Amino acid sequence: MGLAYVVTSGKGGVGKTTTTANLGTALANMGKKVVVVDADTGLRNLDVVMGLENRVVYDLVDVVEGLCRVKQALIRDKRFEGLYLLPTAQTKDKTAVKPDQMRKIVKELKEEFEFVLIDCPAGIERGFENAIAGADKAIVVTVPEVSAVRDADRIIGLLVSKGMEAKEIRLIINRLKIDMTKRGDMLNIEDMVDILAIEMLGVIPDDEKIIVSTNRGEPVVTYDNAPSGLAYRNIARRILGEEVPFMNLEQNRNVFKGFIKKILNL
Amino acid sequence: MDVLKVFNKVANASKDVAKERLKLILIHDRSNIPPQFINMIKGDLIKVISDYVEIEEENIEITLSNGEGRNENISALTANIPIKKVRSIGK
Repeated sequence: MGLAYVVTSGKGGVGKTTTTANLGTALANMGKKVVVVDADTGLRNLDVVMGLENRVVYDLVDVVEGLCRVKQALIRDKRFEGLYLLPTAQTKDKTAVKPDQMRKIVKELKEEFEFVLIDCPAGIERGFENAIAGADKAIVVTVPEVSAVRDADRIIGLLVSKGMEAKEIRLIINRLKIDMTKRGDMLNIEDMVDILAIEMLGVIPDDEKIIVSTNRGEPVVTYDNAPSGLAYRNIARRILGEEVPFMNLEQNRNVFKGFIKKILNL
Repeated sequence: MDVLKVFNKVANASKDVAKERLKLILIHDRSNIPPQFINMIKGDLIKVISDYVEIEEENIEITLSNGEGRNENISALTANIPIKKVRSIGK
C-alpha cells in the first residue's frame, strides 16, 4: 500500500505543479513506482509541465463518470521508468468531482503505486477539498512573500481541522533569492519555519533553469547542473527517509568568496 | 562585510517589516475572531467599567496580540483603557 501526498499552498503561482512534477520524476528516478495526479480540474497544467500534453486520452473526470477505468486514464511517461500521470479534464469544472469519489480513486492508486502525488489547485474550495480527500500527508509550498506565507498558514490550519496531524504536514520554501535574503530584503528560511511551525522538507533556490526546463516540458530534476534540480532531488531523498543535510545556501557563497580571497592573496 | 550588516540593521531591513506584518496578520487570522466582535466587546467593556470608573471612551484600544512567556502561542486580547477618575460608590 503506497502513500498519498497532496502538494498544496492556498495561493496560486507559488510552484505546486512544478514541485509535483519534479518530486514525482525524482522519486521515479530513484526506483519508485509513482503516479502524479492533477486535481486542478478546469485549469489543468501538470500534463504540460511534464511534457505529456499530447498523450492525454481519458482523464480523472472520465473515471469519475464511469467512462473508463483508472488504468485507462493513466499515461506512462516513457522517459522515466515507473512514472505515470493521471490528468484531469480541462473543459469541466471542479464540481465535476466529489471528495468521496476522489478518495476512492486515490485508494485504488495506492494499491498500485508506492507514491501518489496530488497536485492541488489554488484556493480553499471544492478543488482543495477534492485534492486533500485521499491524502495521507501534505507538502505545503510557499514563497518568501507575506501573502504566500499567510495563505500557507491558513492551509495548514485547514488541513489540521480536516483531521491531518501536524507532523504529516511539511514545508517547501520555493524561489528563495539568496542575494536578497543576505541583504535582509527577503523573508529567510528561519523566519518562515518560525512562523509556520511545521517541519521543513526543503528549500528551492530561485533558478532560471526552471523556466528553461518548463519550456521544454522536461522536469528540472533531470538537469544535473541546475541548483533547483539538486534541491528537488534532495527533497525526494528526504521523502524516502534519508537524512540529507539542508543546502547551506549562504555558506556556498562564502566558500566561493574564500576561494576568491585565496586567489587574491596569491 | 560586518559594516554592511550593521548598516542593514539600522536601515530596518524590509524582511523584518515583512515578518512583523505577517505575525500581526496571523494573530488575527488564527484567532478566528471577527472584527465586529472586537467592537462589541469594546462596547460591553465600556458599559461594565463605566459603573466603577470614568474612562476616556475615545482612547480605548482593544487589540489582539501574542501572549507572553508560557502563553506565547496563544493569542491574547489586550485592552488599554485610560481612566479619568474613580467613581465613589457605596457612599
